[in-house]
Amino acid sequence: MGEFKVHRVRFFDYMPSAIRTMAFNSQTERLAVARADGAVEIFNFNDNFFQEKVIPGQDGRATEALCWVGHRLFSAGLNGEITEYDLENLRPQYTVDAYGGPIWTISSNSQGTQLAVGCEDGTVKIFAILEERIQFQRNLNRHKGRIISLCWHPSSAQIAAGMTDMIKIFDAETGHATRRLLVDRAMGASKNKEVVVWSVGYLSDHTIISGDSAGKVQIWNGLTGTLVRTYLVTKWDVLVLSVSKDESSVIAGTSEGTVIQFQFISSTVDQHDKEWVRTRTFRNHSHDVSALAHTDTAVVSGGMDTQLVVRPLLDKVEKNTQESALRKIAFPHRSLVGCAKKAGLLLFQFPDRLELWKLGESEGHVCLMYPYFVCRFLQGEDHICCSALSACGGWLAYSTVSSVRLYRIQYNNTISINKVGTLARACSRQPVHLLCASDDGKWLATANTDCEIHIYNLHKMKLHCMVPVYNSCPTTIAIHPVTNNLISVHADQQIFEFSLVQKEYTQWSRRLQAQGLLSLWLERDTPITHITFNPKNPDHIILHDTYMFCIIDQSLPFPELNAVLWNQMTLKSLPVSQRIGQSHAFKICKSFQHLMCVSLLEDLSLVVVERPLLDIMSQLPAPVRQKKFAT
Amino acid sequence: MAALYEGYTLCGLVPDQNLSSSGIQGIEEERDRDHVVVTDSTRSVTLYKVSDQKPLGSWTVKQGQKLTCPAVFNSQTNEYVAVTDNKVIRIWKEDDILLDKAFKATVSSDVWKVHCTHGGEPVVLFQRGAVRLLDSLLAAPQQPIEEVLAQEEAIRWSTIIVAETQQFIIITTEQKGEHFLYLQRLNPNSVQRYRLEREEPGLSPLSFSATYRDKHICLLYLYPNGHVYQSVLSVRGLGTEEGVQALPLPRSLLLGLPVGDGQLEAASAMALDEAHVAVVGVPHPSAGGGKDFLCIWNTNFQTLQAGKEMAGKIYGQLWSYSNKVFIPHGKTLSIIPFECPKSSLASALGKLKHTKTEGELNQTCYTLSTTNLTTDQVLELIKTAPVEEIQKEVEGFLTRAEFQDLQPSVGQLALTLVSRSLADPAFYSSSTLAQLVHTRCLCHSVCPDLVLLALEKKDYFLCQLCLQFFPDIPEAVTCACLKAFISPTSSVVNDRQTRAEDVKKKASAPSQLSCPVGLHKAVLINEILQTPYSDTFLLPHLKDLSSQHVMLFLQYLQFLYLKYSQDAFPQMEGFRSPSLSQIMDWVCLLLDAHFTVLVMTPEAKGLLLNLHRFVKSQVRLVSELGKIEGSLQELRKMKAKESIGQYSIEIIELF
Repeated sequence: MGEFKVHRVRFFDYMPSAIRTMAFNSQTERLAVARADGAVEIFNFNDNFFQEKVIPGQDGRATEALCWVGHRLFSAGLNGEITEYDLENLRPQYTVDAYGGPIWTISSNSQGTQLAVGCEDGTVKIFAILEERIQFQRNLNRHKGRIISLCWHPSSAQIAAGMTDMIKIFDAETGHATRRLLVDRAMGASKNKEVVVWSVGYLSDHTIISGDSAGKVQIWNGLTGTLVRTYLVTKWDVLVLSVSKDESSVIAGTSEGTVIQFQFISSTVDQHDKEWVRTRTFRNHSHDVSALAHTDTAVVSGGMDTQLVVRPLLDKVEKNTQESALRKIAFPHRSLVGCAKKAGLLLFQFPDRLELWKLGESEGHVCLMYPYFVCRFLQGEDHICCSALSACGGWLAYSTVSSVRLYRIQYNNTISINKVGTLARACSRQPVHLLCASDDGKWLATANTDCEIHIYNLHKMKLHCMVPVYNSCPTTIAIHPVTNNLISVHADQQIFEFSLVQKEYTQWSRRLQAQGLLSLWLERDTPITHITFNPKNPDHIILHDTYMFCIIDQSLPFPELNAVLWNQMTLKSLPVSQRIGQSHAFKICKSFQHLMCVSLLEDLSLVVVERPLLDIMSQLPAPVRQKKFAT
Repeated sequence: MAALYEGYTLCGLVPDQNLSSSGIQGIEEERDRDHVVVTDSTRSVTLYKVSDQKPLGSWTVKQGQKLTCPAVFNSQTNEYVAVTDNKVIRIWKEDDILLDKAFKATVSSDVWKVHCTHGGEPVVLFQRGAVRLLDSLLAAPQQPIEEVLAQEEAIRWSTIIVAETQQFIIITTEQKGEHFLYLQRLNPNSVQRYRLEREEPGLSPLSFSATYRDKHICLLYLYPNGHVYQSVLSVRGLGTEEGVQALPLPRSLLLGLPVGDGQLEAASAMALDEAHVAVVGVPHPSAGGGKDFLCIWNTNFQTLQAGKEMAGKIYGQLWSYSNKVFIPHGKTLSIIPFECPKSSLASALGKLKHTKTEGELNQTCYTLSTTNLTTDQVLELIKTAPVEEIQKEVEGFLTRAEFQDLQPSVGQLALTLVSRSLADPAFYSSSTLAQLVHTRCLCHSVCPDLVLLALEKKDYFLCQLCLQFFPDIPEAVTCACLKAFISPTSSVVNDRQTRAEDVKKKASAPSQLSCPVGLHKAVLINEILQTPYSDTFLLPHLKDLSSQHVMLFLQYLQFLYLKYSQDAFPQMEGFRSPSLSQIMDWVCLLLDAHFTVLVMTPEAKGLLLNLHRFVKSQVRLVSELGKIEGSLQELRKMKAKESIGQYSIEIIELF
């Protein structure tokens, strides 16, 4: 295959935003994650945890709580507004001001008819959920002090509200507080500091579980208002609780980065009266765990360290399978880097700005010219959804939820702005999340989260055909510049090649499906996010995920099912004459890690954009102090 | 310090009837360091594996024939070469069983020896001094061989030396009682003739040994009177003109070995490295007249480093390969492994002395001018003259003499001075002695009474100098000094008697802590703390100290310890101050020696408690360090990760 010159770029200082809260919809198996910059991401747990939708954030929108009501997603934040999202157009559908100051929490009843929000002014406000909107119904009795956390009883008759120093139980009908549970303050020096009940859970047997800023998880009897059990789990705060659907398990996230599981089991084997017992501790985070979701089989957690961690519960899944593997999602499942192959330019997309860089030049290893910063495009209030750069580097486009902008870049520093119209409305219900045009400008391919891929003929401006729907969402698509075949890679790591002219899968694709991909390929846990082609050799397809890039040589045979997938080291040790017999279509290179982009420039040099996780970690604020050894 | 280890026997010997010869003609290194070829003086050649002490092969010539030169191993062709009956060269391989069937060639002139270096081509040296490479000789065996040596000149010894890829044959000859040295360079051939300086009439060198170092060939030779001389030959400036006239070969006296009564007969000296010489057949200085010793001497310090008595008669033969000495004695050939560490005696004793390199000896032309007094004259003078005159003459002598020549004469001067002082209580020349000590050519073993004399005369300055410069003061003397310094009667030590620089140092050291002894005493005690000692020998002498002295000394040591540990003591350069570990060692030794007495002494209670506290703190420190040892080692193991900057251009290869 030969040598490649590699531009190893590490100056894209992309910084993911901290995870603020999350909500899991067990009907659709979708997880909604809200980040500190106001963005909301939807992950499909049925499809390899693929991040299928991203609703960009907005300055000043600080989402504090998320809530699913059927297929509808609501959020509330410290700006005092309740927002419902349009999951088709990926933008807020409407916002309603609750007029109670900043909102700390939002919760819907089990029937999905009412929303309760807890406000800074001490009120719990009930909103009725209507077809297209929500409507304020009434306030529960007002109390002094903010409402930090809320939980409906499954019967929808009571609401438990966590406040400072106490938990109150309201009758949802009358609005009166029926019980007041006083929460002890921390012992010792912080005795004078009020304790905040960060999270409450209300079980159908009227057990109330609370997590507070004194580091306690407490079990209460909601009927009698008595404390049943106290677990001191941390010296710092218990920030979040999540109850499993069958109410047999509760998990608590702490400021130390741990997640602690409590289970409702009998403490000795042949005893029938069950009690809440602290069982497991998971430590997958370096910082605060501020968001938790308890799915049927896994603990999903996120927090200050920006990573989403899916930790399967080993008693619920089959051991030693892909399902039981811990999964960390650190990078978005889409490309944030644009590359102008002819001009050697890189476009970095941040939530609030774009940066354009020129790559360096070199003679062998010697760097003749270092890369330099070309220009920066600052976006206003709305955050950027997506961006693209033309191959010549002369055109740059990006969009927000409200507008699309096109820039003509001339390198004598004059920039003219043009706005373009929109294409004919696509005939899909779900939002298009991938878009690619062929190099000759004739074809346009779109993919949506219903896993559909449509091909449009741009010359005739009409739909050309639709690729047979596969049951996993495409993570990236690309049209081959020479053969006009569409390559699509899906969340389950399958690769397809579709001939646009013949409107059918190509022979290569059929052979690949017939033979099957190696399990090592299928078990990778990050999706392919970018495909590029070799301009000099049409057989080469270059694709990458977070931990490797791969050059697929279509002229070579597929690896046998028992073959070694990562065979570069083996090939390196073999004499040249024997390499041909051993080599297969997948040339995988793992020298570069935490990849944001791999692209092949016109001069056949590779551009590799890395964002090491350590660099991200080093920019995070310091975690809470923990005693380690003799410190 | 050089050491001789336990030896082992390689093989038995068949010495001739009157025990005049060992029966071994030569030992040559074979394919590697572990194989040697031993040629006996009559008919057989045996190959030994040294580590197994086992013969691997043996070859014998027919009855009536005689091996006249030691067999050598040609590692280029894996063949053995030997000469029988002076004229027949025989070449064979290891798997040849019978020598008679092997290759032989008869040459036209008598062969003296065949020499071969490892990896080099064998060289044939004829009795008349001509030299041929073996191959060129075998091409025409009957070629005429020229005569290099004069009439009545005969080869006494020869060797081959490789100097920077150049091979040199060194030959020593004797002609009418005069000795000559030929340095024959091979390829291109050139020869230089040197004349050895005459020793006492009638004495001819007993043994030679040549080594190559620092671009010079060092020749070491031993005379029957025990003198070991060294001559240094430059391999560079070898004249191209044939050495018709003999150049005088400058020499320097390296060692004057004690010979006891009579002269040496069968003895040999061999240079082991630049500072060590192995000597066999010379009496051990402390073991009476027996000469059956193998000794290693340090030439820098003239000290005996190791000695071993060899059972049976010594034949004066000695070979050395790869840190093993091969020595025939009695009826066995023994192998004695030895070790000569690079470090000098001084550094081994904790006192690195400055020694001049002895490289350029060939430039030394040492002649005493007639107006100046020779050593013997100065010695005579010392026996009678008044102090002032002696001082003047010794001073003059010291300024004139070269460093190399000082070593023997300074010892003699000091010895004579001390013996006169002992005999004549009125005579004492402190400054002269100090001057002699200052030359650093003296050591305690040369002049054993000097320190005690100085103590007796209360010449503490001289004591200090001796403690500082002598590497070999016995523990008994150290202890005597300590006792003298610490006893209250010696409190008369005054300013003049300790050196100014130390006064300066002490002034800067103790400030707020009160020092239990006076300033000058402290300087002297510090000197003692820094002398090398061995605790097993020191301990019995320490027991002689009275409990008051021990208390005082311990208090002083405690003071020093506190001083150092509190101030994170700056080890000021140029100042001689004991290290913390030296102080601790002395504390431990003192406590070991006097613990029972101290426990019974009520005044010592506080002191002991304090010392206990030190120990506890030290133990705690060490245990804490032990706890983090693993982490520290991991830290060291951690490789500094290759740092990749923000941008780099790399080349990768995919297959």
